[in-house]
Amino acid sequence: MPTRLSDRAALIERHWQAQARVRRLYTILGIGGLIVTVALSLCFANEANAGKFFDRLPHFLDFTGDLVPRDWLEVGRAMFDLPSPYDDGSLKYNYPEGRTYLTPVLYIPEYIDQMAITLNIALLSTVLGTLVGSVLSFFAARNMMPNRLVRWPARRFMEILRAFPDVVVAGFFLSFLTVGPIPAIAAVSIHSIGALGKLFFEVVENADMKPDEGLKAVGGNWIERVRFAMLPQVLPNFASYFLLRLEINVRASTIIGAVGGGGIGELLRLSISQNHGAKTIAIVILLFGTIVTVDQFSAWLRRSLVGSDAFLATT
Amino acid sequence: MLALTADQYAAIASRYPQAVRPRFWAVWRVPALAAATVVYLMFCWWVFGIGQVLANTNWQIAGSYLVQWVTYEYRPTISIDRDGAMAVTFPRFDPIGPNPKPDWMTVDRTLMERHIAAPAPAGATTGGFMAGSSFMAPGTAPAAPTTEPTARVEEVVKRAEVRFSADARLVVTPNHVVVERNGETLMVPLGTGDDVQATGPLPAWAEQKRARDRIIVAFGLSGWAQIDGGSVVIHRRFPGWVNFVFDTNSAFFGKSAREVMHLITAGPRLDPTRSNLALAVNDVLYNPSWQHLDVWTKLLETIVMAFIGTLFAAIVAFPLSFVAARNITPNWLANQTAKRFFDFQRSVDMLIWALFFTRAFGPGPISGMAAIFFTDTGSLGKLFSEALENIDGKPRDGLTSVGAPPIAVQRFGVLPQVLPVFVSQTLYFWESNTRSATIIGAMGAGGIGLKLWESMRTHTNWPNIFYMVILIIGTVFIFDTISNALRSRLTGRVQP
Repeated sequence: MPTRLSDRAALIERHWQAQARVRRLYTILGIGGLIVTVALSLCFANEANAGKFFDRLPHFLDFTGDLVPRDWLEVGRAMFDLPSPYDDGSLKYNYPEGRTYLTPVLYIPEYIDQMAITLNIALLSTVLGTLVGSVLSFFAARNMMPNRLVRWPARRFMEILRAFPDVVVAGFFLSFLTVGPIPAIAAVSIHSIGALGKLFFEVVENADMKPDEGLKAVGGNWIERVRFAMLPQVLPNFASYFLLRLEINVRASTIIGAVGGGGIGELLRLSISQNHGAKTIAIVILLFGTIVTVDQFSAWLRRSLVGSDAFLATT
Repeated sequence: MLALTADQYAAIASRYPQAVRPRFWAVWRVPALAAATVVYLMFCWWVFGIGQVLANTNWQIAGSYLVQWVTYEYRPTISIDRDGAMAVTFPRFDPIGPNPKPDWMTVDRTLMERHIAAPAPAGATTGGFMAGSSFMAPGTAPAAPTTEPTARVEEVVKRAEVRFSADARLVVTPNHVVVERNGETLMVPLGTGDDVQATGPLPAWAEQKRARDRIIVAFGLSGWAQIDGGSVVIHRRFPGWVNFVFDTNSAFFGKSAREVMHLITAGPRLDPTRSNLALAVNDVLYNPSWQHLDVWTKLLETIVMAFIGTLFAAIVAFPLSFVAARNITPNWLANQTAKRFFDFQRSVDMLIWALFFTRAFGPGPISGMAAIFFTDTGSLGKLFSEALENIDGKPRDGLTSVGAPPIAVQRFGVLPQVLPVFVSQTLYFWESNTRSATIIGAMGAGGIGLKLWESMRTHTNWPNIFYMVILIIGTVFIFDTISNALRSRLTGRVQP
């Protein structure tokens, strides 16, 4: 049997009910809006796509079936450029043609070579990004650069570098450079400078200022303050962000490669579009292995550098 | 307070040298790192042949491409016939439009009797000032279809002056071209066949690659001109984007904003089948040189790709992360299976997924969406399960102890702790995927990335490329702001 409410309690109850109603209304509106947006987006995407989703879905596994090699040893042959017993002169089985000979017998298999190039692009871009970004970060940090006239341009400059889509940078460099890895290096490093510079100057701003005060007190100049007060403090964090960026850049340089910058990405795109099953699987395995290795290595190194915090991948 | 004078310190140091000597690694760490970096950079310089590539690069092209991002040019040709008749023509698709009256060019005309063997092709020699409609030019005699030399009176150009800046101009008369820039003058006589030879030495801003060949005169950012034996091609460059709203074949071309507004609100119908407003909107959207509608549709495709991909990834990763979290599902096999599944999804990388789905579904947003969905199911699942493993277990214990069913334990004991983290991570990925959707697009998944990449391949359409870049940066910036605002509200409410 319900307890009779006093007038004031009834008022409270009514008020609560009204608020609950409003809240429920907002929830329903929000969910309804979301559903409508999703439905419209899906319809739009389906219309814009070259193949319609439900038309293509039954054929989805056809294509996957095309990628299955004739026998699974083929994958190993493709990866290490060994001659294939099915070689019919077509591009599908011409594994030995990609060899790069170091000596008359010793060669580097094509995919491993290209993977090394992609990795090297990533490493070089990360190194360049770290070098330029760390210099810029000291100009952008409030505690090291009280002068707004320097800090403001430094920050805006890094923002612009960060905001520019890397396709555009790569495409622009491709338009006037002879082909080679430089467009990819330029695109990835320019983005790295912006992204790392931002992370770095936040590290610098959070640094302990006491060593800096000590150096200032004994008359250290700006470079000495950076070298002896800041660098020892921030270097572990810089190194951690360097490794994090390296993980991201390995992926980015592969993607830029697929878009037209060479390296393993381009080979993957070609082989996948030409239905070269064994080649595709070899490259995917190689890429997968490399990415996992780089990630694990970098995670291990970062854990030993800065401890297990700050493990969130940020772009 | 430690009181140690310099003498005392020296005494102690001499007694225990090993105590004050810095460790080897501490001294040599930074120099070794620097040296390794320098060696590595030199290695890359060599292995990628960077020096050679940079030396072979034509930096002028790079500069001119960059300038084209924010400028446009008109390209009139001033042709000089052997009989001294001159004509000024614009190319058919010149952005100046069908009825050019540029204020940077003065053209003096005269009537002249000409002897011409056959009717000249349209626009090439007899063209008046009106490109593309030279037969309609006033004063042009009707073209007689004959090969006999006939005499007729035509209006021809006798002098054309192109002003590049206050102190730089180029004057063409039938006998010579005179170029003035910053007080220096270059004179090139004409009418002696195809040879081009300046009188006197060439100034620094003029270039002739081979003797008697064409002369290129440069006017910095305001353009350049090429002087041939029988023609002068002008490239007059202006800052800005040309015909951004209405293209040359629109009825509204060349009208001021006020005139357009007047036409739309009160003017007579330009096209009897539809209103002026509909015509104007149509002309803007289907502007052939800027393709506004197409660009915006493609941009929307990219946004949709990122939105749906991330949303679905979050929806799928949500229940899976409960399976992957050690403390929620105390089953080692289930944890490991879910975690390795996430690792697989993440490490196969968006690139591979994108190529794979583009191959399966054809280019378009569905492929991009699927790629983002597959990659981010892994990334979000990993982050979600890590968040779940770090929760405070006390609310769950409390709920379990009062006999709540498992669903209620999760709903009231776990979810309130992790939901803000989940939502904030999802928003963060949404924002970062808007960025990545561009590049997967370029790989074939469609959207603005593909359009951008295709325009870049032609090396000609730089203003359009910059337009799309600005749109992309703007979109990313807007989503950045929205997602930051939402995230700070979410996390702010939890940790006041």
